[in-house]
Amino acid sequence: MSALSGIRRRIQFPDFMGVMGSWWDRTPWYGRWTVYVLLIIGAFLLPSSSIGSFMTPESDWASVLFYPIGIYVLLAIGLNVVVGQAGLLDLGYVAFFAIGAYALAVFATKHGWSFWEILPLGIIIAAAAGLILGTPTLRLRGDYLAIVTLGFGEIIRITANNLNYTGGPRGISPIPHPPSDPSVEVGGVKIFRYGVLDARPYYYLLVVAIILVIIIVKRLEKSRVGRSWAAIREDEDAAELMGVPTFRFKIVSFVMGASIGGLAGAIFAAQTTSITPPNFPFILSALILCAVVLGGSGNLLGVILGAFLIAWLPERFRGFEQYRVLVFGAALVIMMIVRPEGLLPSRQRRAELAEGTGGMGSLGGETGAVAGQRVEIDEEPVSGHPPEVLAGRDEREAGG
Amino acid sequence: MRRAYSRGLVAAAAASALLLSACGGGNDSGSSSGSGGSSSGGTLSIGFMGAQTGPNAQLGINISNGVELALEQHNAKSGVKQVKLIKYDTQGDPTQATNQAKKAVTDKVVAIVGPAFSGESKTADPIFEEAGIPNVSPSATNAQLAKNGWKFWHRVLANDDVQGPGAADFLAKTVGAKTVAVIDDQSDYGKGLADAVRKQLATDGVKVAVNDSINPDASSFAPTVNKVKPANVDAVYFGGYYSAAGKLVKQLRDGGVQGTFMSGDGTLDAQFITGGGAATNGALLTCTCSSAVGSTDPAVQKFAADYKAKYNVDPATYSAEGFDATNIFLQAIDAGKTSPSDINDFVTKIDYKGVSKQIKFDPNGELAGNLLFVTEVKNGKLAFLGDTSQAKPSA
Amino acid sequence: MWNDFTQQFWSSTIDGLTNGAIYGLVAMGYTLVYGVLRLINFAHSEVFMIGTFAALGALTLLGVDSPQSGLALVGVLLLMALIAMAVSGGTAVVLERVAYRPLRKRGASRLAALISAIGASFFMQEVFAIWKGRDQVSFPRVMNKDVLFNIGSGQVRNDKVLVIVAAILMMLALDRFVNTTRLGRGIRATAQDPDTAVLMGVNIDRVVMTTFLIGGILAGLAAALYGVFFEITQYNVGFLLGIKAFTAAVLGGIGNIRGALIGGLVLGLIENYGASIFGTQWLDVVAFSVLVLVLMFRPTGILGENLQRARV
Repeated sequence: MSALSGIRRRIQFPDFMGVMGSWWDRTPWYGRWTVYVLLIIGAFLLPSSSIGSFMTPESDWASVLFYPIGIYVLLAIGLNVVVGQAGLLDLGYVAFFAIGAYALAVFATKHGWSFWEILPLGIIIAAAAGLILGTPTLRLRGDYLAIVTLGFGEIIRITANNLNYTGGPRGISPIPHPPSDPSVEVGGVKIFRYGVLDARPYYYLLVVAIILVIIIVKRLEKSRVGRSWAAIREDEDAAELMGVPTFRFKIVSFVMGASIGGLAGAIFAAQTTSITPPNFPFILSALILCAVVLGGSGNLLGVILGAFLIAWLPERFRGFEQYRVLVFGAALVIMMIVRPEGLLPSRQRRAELAEGTGGMGSLGGETGAVAGQRVEIDEEPVSGHPPEVLAGRDEREAGG
Repeated sequence: MRRAYSRGLVAAAAASALLLSACGGGNDSGSSSGSGGSSSGGTLSIGFMGAQTGPNAQLGINISNGVELALEQHNAKSGVKQVKLIKYDTQGDPTQATNQAKKAVTDKVVAIVGPAFSGESKTADPIFEEAGIPNVSPSATNAQLAKNGWKFWHRVLANDDVQGPGAADFLAKTVGAKTVAVIDDQSDYGKGLADAVRKQLATDGVKVAVNDSINPDASSFAPTVNKVKPANVDAVYFGGYYSAAGKLVKQLRDGGVQGTFMSGDGTLDAQFITGGGAATNGALLTCTCSSAVGSTDPAVQKFAADYKAKYNVDPATYSAEGFDATNIFLQAIDAGKTSPSDINDFVTKIDYKGVSKQIKFDPNGELAGNLLFVTEVKNGKLAFLGDTSQAKPSA
Repeated sequence: MWNDFTQQFWSSTIDGLTNGAIYGLVAMGYTLVYGVLRLINFAHSEVFMIGTFAALGALTLLGVDSPQSGLALVGVLLLMALIAMAVSGGTAVVLERVAYRPLRKRGASRLAALISAIGASFFMQEVFAIWKGRDQVSFPRVMNKDVLFNIGSGQVRNDKVLVIVAAILMMLALDRFVNTTRLGRGIRATAQDPDTAVLMGVNIDRVVMTTFLIGGILAGLAAALYGVFFEITQYNVGFLLGIKAFTAAVLGGIGNIRGALIGGLVLGLIENYGASIFGTQWLDVVAFSVLVLVLMFRPTGILGENLQRARV
């Protein structure tokens, strides 16, 4: 409590983001592209066993890189579009992941389509689901949306469990791999040989998918759509008054997020060759949300880092067995107390926090409640007392 | 300004240099082919795969206890090759199982006891098949597993296609039920078992008056009780695990349902009695696994005594099967087989009297023979009644 | 389908109301905290779970291991309830202090508070999983479950009556508290407009602490009743119940105390009716679908206030 805030005051987190941010702005385009290329190369080189022996000594590193790390990263980028950019609280994101996975599974096993044929279809089906869910519900206030999306996630999972078409509780297996080309070999790795033993071809596929998604999301963010999302996130009524068609753009963000979830689901299903309803529990939605907020909601690099940590840490600390989840829970609480804006908050968010407005637009930090309360009003006024300085408002400090 | 820019570039270059240097010999993980080979020196490794933590960990622990006991007894003998155990904790989760299975391949284990659950078998066994590692499951009973044409997979107990119809026949003939309610817990195992029971009951001419499907995590099964009560059934069959079974049987009895309660091996655990209390008395539980407690066979009694001495508890569900599965592999190793494919050949032809049952495999890896055993809950304790041909429930 | 529904109507109704009463008690805790802080207190389900273990501890302490009757029964039930309420209330207060207050002072976003809540929820669950084991723990039977009378297919049992009556009484007590006492006024004022409340002399910290305390007390009572009714508990017993209870709070009109109980009862009924018509495997789908429908046509929930800004 006060001890932690005391510690926080003493340890000033270096303003890393500030330095990097200003360098980033000033550097010409070839500087930025060098970094991008280096990062991409780094991503492809990641699944080496020497890194793996440090990162996950008790599991297969390449497998862990694919799932949970890579998949969580892709899911977090998708949820970031909904939560971080448009400011909509979605607690049922796993539904779109499930829809993408089942779309691939069903069409591959029952209709014999190939992976590449099903992929666009899976994305479209997930997008349609986003549209179907969003249209009746996106007119609701933030927290109502939360419970409704949670419900939708459960509806999808339970329906998949109950219907014979989706295999019921048995799920669908075996799901065929994407068509392989064992002749292409780079650095000793057969990069197009999709099988069960080696997760690396799938990992590379996932990296390519993530890169494409990042490009699309970034472009959207800088466009009119992204600006509308920012307006909706900060103050929806004001945005509406300024002529932003808020409902339409909320649907767009929802559909975009759903498509990304569906893409992740399809790739996941192909790799894991067997999907069952317990693969898609509510807790996964909660974890991805944690990843987004922990990393820095709205900031792409932040959510990638957040997802990486959320996926990797429990695997790394397998040795603690019993205490894994305990430490994880405590870590979440401590992280939020110490750095509620996330690890790498977007610069906008840090500025907001410095001002003390709490950021996050309509999900913003109010110490009480916003106007429009729900507790019943009593006609009797509060008896007069001299205004007191409240203990609640003093110690806020500027900056992160 | 220039300085900041070049500083940034240098930092980026340094970071990538670090990465590049770190990826030295990274091309050999996970791409081994069928002929594995033994690990260093004279020590071979056997892997155990199953839940050690998480919900339903107890079933996994029962098995790993049996495995460790067998290894300990083997390694204590003089002049034998020492065999090491590596445990792969999957928490019973199929996706964790894939990661762990690949780890096992990298660790070059020569054999696997497990995976413990059917769900994780589905995802992990293709990996063992491709890597050529013989695996024997002491507990995964899903019938579909045998139909995949796997050469390296085996199990030491009969599958749910035996358990389901066997239970149904028992209800029809020995218990003499004319109307039955069949409930499942919406899980792969539970629904599979319940569906097999439903089918066989229909063949036996018994009326399935009520069918229902519960969420095992729910607290209240009132809707199910309210369906079963008016139907006045002679028996209630539940396909699922012990925690839900305990809650269900208690609510059924409190709701006034009096028929015989029957369930399968997922319920066969002392926890069922703790959870259900007095309502569990008279419940009949089937298993294709046998019980080591209360046997008259001296070899089985010795196993039970050794187990109790080491772990302070009686051997539980699947402990004996885990013990037997390990011993099969140990026999192969003692016969001089050290490569996974040789061990697999040996195991495929084995004919061995284990503490759980006679072990011999069909060509597809299934256990030859299909015995089903019945246990009754009497006065708050599990009482083994023997196989379905001889078991006589007290009610 | 419909045949089953009519045949099981009375039993579904009675059981629905009983389950719903427990949902309602827990929902009142969610709704209070939400009304004041606009926070979805994810960890409230663990406050409930801890209450169940406290109730069990009370029974062990008293040495109760067989059904009681008469005055002894009343005494045991009261003690169980009081101890559970105290422990849950205390847990809720500590939770607020540790996991939420620092965030409030920081001016952090509500989303950060939600994540903190999720983390606290995991943490508390695991503490009990490690301490008490992951398997179910059972309660001794405290009261004989006698059937008082039957209405059609429905059994009116003494424990069911106990649960429903206790929930209603508690709701009325809470209503009174919020409407008549000074602290209650403070709660309402803070919920309505915190800035003005501060100016009018309301101590926000005290109000928030009281809100959590009351929510915890309600959860504690629900926990004691749960122990008497279901006779088991487990480290994760709060998870599913918490989601249902929050759904009930939203259904009834979030921030509205009576709404929380009504929402709970309605949810319990919907679940049971839905299960009797469509089969138990569909009951969650039915419940959530009804929620969506209700919110579409009545965005503030069943009893929601008209002043709400639910439509944007």
